[in-house]
Amino acid sequence: MTATTAQTRRSMPATGDTLLDVQNLEKYFPIRGGLLSRVVGNVKAVNDVSFKIGRGEVVGLVGESGSGKTTAGRAILRLIEPTGGQVLFNGTDITKLSKGQMRDYRREMQIIFQDPFASLNPRMTVSDIIGEAMQIHNLHPGKGRIDRIAELLQKVGLRPEHMRRYPHEFSGGQRQRIGIARALAVDPAFIVADEPVSALDVSIQAQVVNLLQDLQEELGLTVLFIAHDLAVVEYICDRIIVMYLGRVMEIAPSRQLNTNPKHPYTEALLSAAPVPDPTVKRQRIILEGDIPSPINPPSGCVFRTRCRYAIADCANIVPELREVSPGHFKACIRDDIL
Amino acid sequence: MTHQGEVLLAVNGLKTYFSTDDGVVKSVDGVTFHINKGETLAVVGESGSGKSVTSLSVMRLIPTPPGKIVEGEILFTGKDGVQKDIVKLSEADMRKIRGNDISMIFQEPMTSLNPVYTVGDQIAEAVMLHQGKNKKDAMGVATDMLRFVGIPAPEKRVNEYPHQMSGGMRQRVMIAMALSCKPALLIADEPTTALDVTIQAQILDLMRKLQADVGMSILFITHNLGVVAEMADRVVVMYGGRVVEEGDVVEIFKAPRHPYTMGLLNSIPRPGEAHEPGQPKGRLEAIPGNVPNPLSLPPGCAFEPRCKFAVPDCSKAVPALEDTGHGHMSRCIRWRDFAQAQNEVTA
Ligand SMILES: Nc1ncnc2c1ncn2[C@@H]1O[C@H](COP(=O)(O)OP(=O)(O)OP(=O)(O)O)[C@@H](O)[C@H]1O
Ligand SMILES: Nc1ncnc2c1ncn2[C@@H]1O[C@H](COP(=O)(O)OP(=O)(O)O)[C@@H](O)[C@H]1O
Ligand code: SF4
Ligand code: SF4
Ligand SMILES: [Mg+2]
Ligand SMILES: [Mg+2]
Repeated sequence: MTATTAQTRRSMPATGDTLLDVQNLEKYFPIRGGLLSRVVGNVKAVNDVSFKIGRGEVVGLVGESGSGKTTAGRAILRLIEPTGGQVLFNGTDITKLSKGQMRDYRREMQIIFQDPFASLNPRMTVSDIIGEAMQIHNLHPGKGRIDRIAELLQKVGLRPEHMRRYPHEFSGGQRQRIGIARALAVDPAFIVADEPVSALDVSIQAQVVNLLQDLQEELGLTVLFIAHDLAVVEYICDRIIVMYLGRVMEIAPSRQLNTNPKHPYTEALLSAAPVPDPTVKRQRIILEGDIPSPINPPSGCVFRTRCRYAIADCANIVPELREVSPGHFKACIRDDIL
Repeated sequence: MTHQGEVLLAVNGLKTYFSTDDGVVKSVDGVTFHINKGETLAVVGESGSGKSVTSLSVMRLIPTPPGKIVEGEILFTGKDGVQKDIVKLSEADMRKIRGNDISMIFQEPMTSLNPVYTVGDQIAEAVMLHQGKNKKDAMGVATDMLRFVGIPAPEKRVNEYPHQMSGGMRQRVMIAMALSCKPALLIADEPTTALDVTIQAQILDLMRKLQADVGMSILFITHNLGVVAEMADRVVVMYGGRVVEEGDVVEIFKAPRHPYTMGLLNSIPRPGEAHEPGQPKGRLEAIPGNVPNPLSLPPGCAFEPRCKFAVPDCSKAVPALEDTGHGHMSRCIRWRDFAQAQNEVTA
């Protein structure tokens, strides 16, 4: 282990009783090419990511698409296999467990998928879709299952009579709600919510945010809340992790991150969000171009190609995640800005 | 900015219904609004409220069956300066309007981009069809359009396929294609919903610049009230297939006259309102209840089951869309009470 990763791990904030301890998580996707299908490169989707989530804590994970949020969330649940690092759930390194041993953990750790269109089987009724996981884990057998499905549908803003319908009969927002009901069906302890409200109407977004908050308080649910809307994340989360190109840029308590960002990328993200007030006209930092390819990320600081504060040294040094004030961490070499 | 309120599109009493196994869905049930030349009209509303069906009706792209425009008119003045009722046009005449006078961009660029053709070929096709240009000139227009929307190295990109591009870049290509014939009206159905805020900021910035350049009107469908605040001149709020409020963007945000609009504005998290560590978290003010069942809308005001201001009269008849002053319309029988309450607060 290099000095940097050791440092990174030691500096993570521990909040009371740790439920999830992610250590130097790495997920590289091999790129094959040529006649022999040799590995010619890697998509470095998640690169040396470490953080802890306390039991009952809600932690936000934000960043542009392609920054590795979904990959990190899925690697934590072993829906895809990490290529490096450890994931301690309740103290057990689940990356070492066999498929059979994983089964019990699966029910505990659920995901709300990012794309409900792709994940809803068009030939299954809503009640089959939501009931499927209950059946796999043998929950609410018999008549109780239908009642539970009806209850879940109402919780996510649909109606019980929807359960006999098929996904194509619903508008975009309605389909997203079915996906959420499915994840909640097995009473999980830990949820990776991958952009669960991005596709919802504002009025239903607020309901779901409140619903997640209620469930979280009621059941002591632990949530990794992936999103790109910082305003929503700020509301629901205790702490926020900002990722860019596979790496953690900043970690801070929600309010601090929003009022006093210490990383140039966080500053730009906050500035890009449209303000719901037509009388406010503000100067915004428009980040030029797209996120670079994670196959050949920029040397040194991965954000340097879009950073307005970049200096020569930024190309040479991979900035380590440092604690700049209690509980506030940033991966940027400059302390003379922000 | 608007051109002295010259009307480009006037939708009057539009009804678009779908017949389903369970009955008739009145997706759009008597919708009336207009768009002036050069202005951006934002359409907001609950999922299923009929925003997309309204815009597809304007494009005459309603799948028939099961859908049908059953009543109303859609008066549109194209580049030829002649006003037509889109509802009555033949399919052949419609084809001349689509992509030429009215273009549409979607949330998912791949709904309008074909994966098997280069982006240049796709843009050129529309230009050849509507402007009678030959292939070589049309490819020149395509390259210019890609440059116009800020795609780097357009001479090279014009020969690439959509899958070789990032989501934000595909969105730009779709915009380039939609604008290649300089339409009078651009319909944008959630064009930035699937994008990151940083790319959204780029695209919104681009749309504003292009609108100033081309002088087109934009019908902007979105859920994002931040985007509405930033883009719209006027706003139409839809609920249950009907317009419930319409007005100038500043008025709508400052002095909403319909409880649904008020609820929407209260339910958004405002930046900078996060809780202090150790303090209880804030709670959003959600609108209670569910989206109404389009097969059995409440008899009177469709919002009544979710409305905290409801009184018995609300369920007697569908409230009329009334002018509350300066063209600010509300479909609520109690709008005078809200106006008065606000006057008392400001007095
Ligand atoms: N092909 C169809 N067959 C039956 N009903 C339909 C069809 N298309 C739309 N509808 C119904 O028409 C109503 C309005 O749908 P529309 O797509 O316009 O909603 P929307 O306001 O665009 O919602 P969203 O915000 O989710 O995109 C909904 O009740 C929907 O279920
Ligand atoms: N199965 C895969 N094969 C190859 N590359 C992948 C795969 N899944 C994700 N990636 C790449 O990993 C990076 C991170 O993706 P993702 O985790 O989906 O980002 P986010 O959720 O932040 O948008 C992206 O560059 C993406 O293209
Ligand atoms: S290390 Fe350099 S390039 Fe990276 S965020 Fe800091 S200033 Fe910008
Ligand atoms: S008419 Fe009545 S129920 Fe409808 S919005 Fe107004 S007060 Fe509420
Ligand atoms: Mg993702
Ligand atoms: Mg729609």
